Amino acid sequence: MNRHRSLWLMVAAAILMFLPLAIPVFQGDFEGTDGQAVEMIIQARPGYQPWFQPLWTPPSGEVESMLFAIQAALGAGFVGYVIGRRHGSSLKRNDHDGD
Amino acid sequence: MHIMEGFLPIEHAIGWLGISAPFVVAGVIRAKRIVRERPQAKMMLAAAGAFTFMLSALKMPSVTGSCSHPTGTGLGAVVFGPAVMSVLGMIVLLFQALLLAHGGLTTLGANVFSMAIVGPWVSWGVWRLASRLGASIAIAVFLAATLGNLSTYMTTSVQLALAYPDVSSGIPGAIIKFGGVFAFTQIPLAIVEGLLTVVVMNALSGRAGKVDEIEALCGEVHR
Repeated sequence: MNRHRSLWLMVAAAILMFLPLAIPVFQGDFEGTDGQAVEMIIQARPGYQPWFQPLWTPPSGEVESMLFAIQAALGAGFVGYVIGRRHGSSLKRNDHDGD
Repeated sequence: MHIMEGFLPIEHAIGWLGISAPFVVAGVIRAKRIVRERPQAKMMLAAAGAFTFMLSALKMPSVTGSCSHPTGTGLGAVVFGPAVMSVLGMIVLLFQALLLAHGGLTTLGANVFSMAIVGPWVSWGVWRLASRLGASIAIAVFLAATLGNLSTYMTTSVQLALAYPDVSSGIPGAIIKFGGVFAFTQIPLAIVEGLLTVVVMNALSGRAGKVDEIEALCGEVHR
């Protein structure tokens, strides 16, 4: 059962992730909650001006999504590398066990 | 859970920085000790950082019709204890503040406190408690990651409420108001994070469900 457990868990995660998009009951514009919190602050304190601006802002949504993709890819890539290394070293050990 | 740049009053910004700083210093000391005592854990330490790096970049849609993201700090907290995650989480938050204009330098202390301190400590506590109560590794890891994620977002709600109390209902009213934005959106995403953490933990250890899985990961057991 353990063999397939990871697969089922990933399927469940994917369903949970895409369900809100597939079922029309869950409507919304899928804005980020961080941005919604900012809107709530501005509503509660009209005229609020942030007292510090980001040093650098991605010039467009495209550049921003690229940077987010790079962040995810670097993370996933390295996690995958470590998984592969561990898998490889355990295979090697099993080979030696068989000698 | 990112409080945006400039959106915390300066006293709050400094206050959260002061609260978070000792945790980060303790995390650096702990991480150094882990690397010195068990060099074989270095890879796994980096993988724990990479996991939060990856997950915190993924903004996912939720049933409330808004988007939010997992934090990925539960995995490292279970394997290495909560202290090191304060450092790894801070690195992720710094990256996002500097390159993505997501979160910010003035709100770094507050964001580190919610994502890199409260989340990991809750994860670690839940992991210890669930294991002691006899839960299987998979269940304990799932609960740890899920509840750690939720606690991070609840912390953000409290932080915002402290800074922006509701005019009529005060801080408690504001907690409910900000919590309403974050909490419901977060529940399905927290579950997704829990599921993914179990999958990655299994894959990393290569000895799914065995009792020594976690010990092997953190390098206490020579493999």
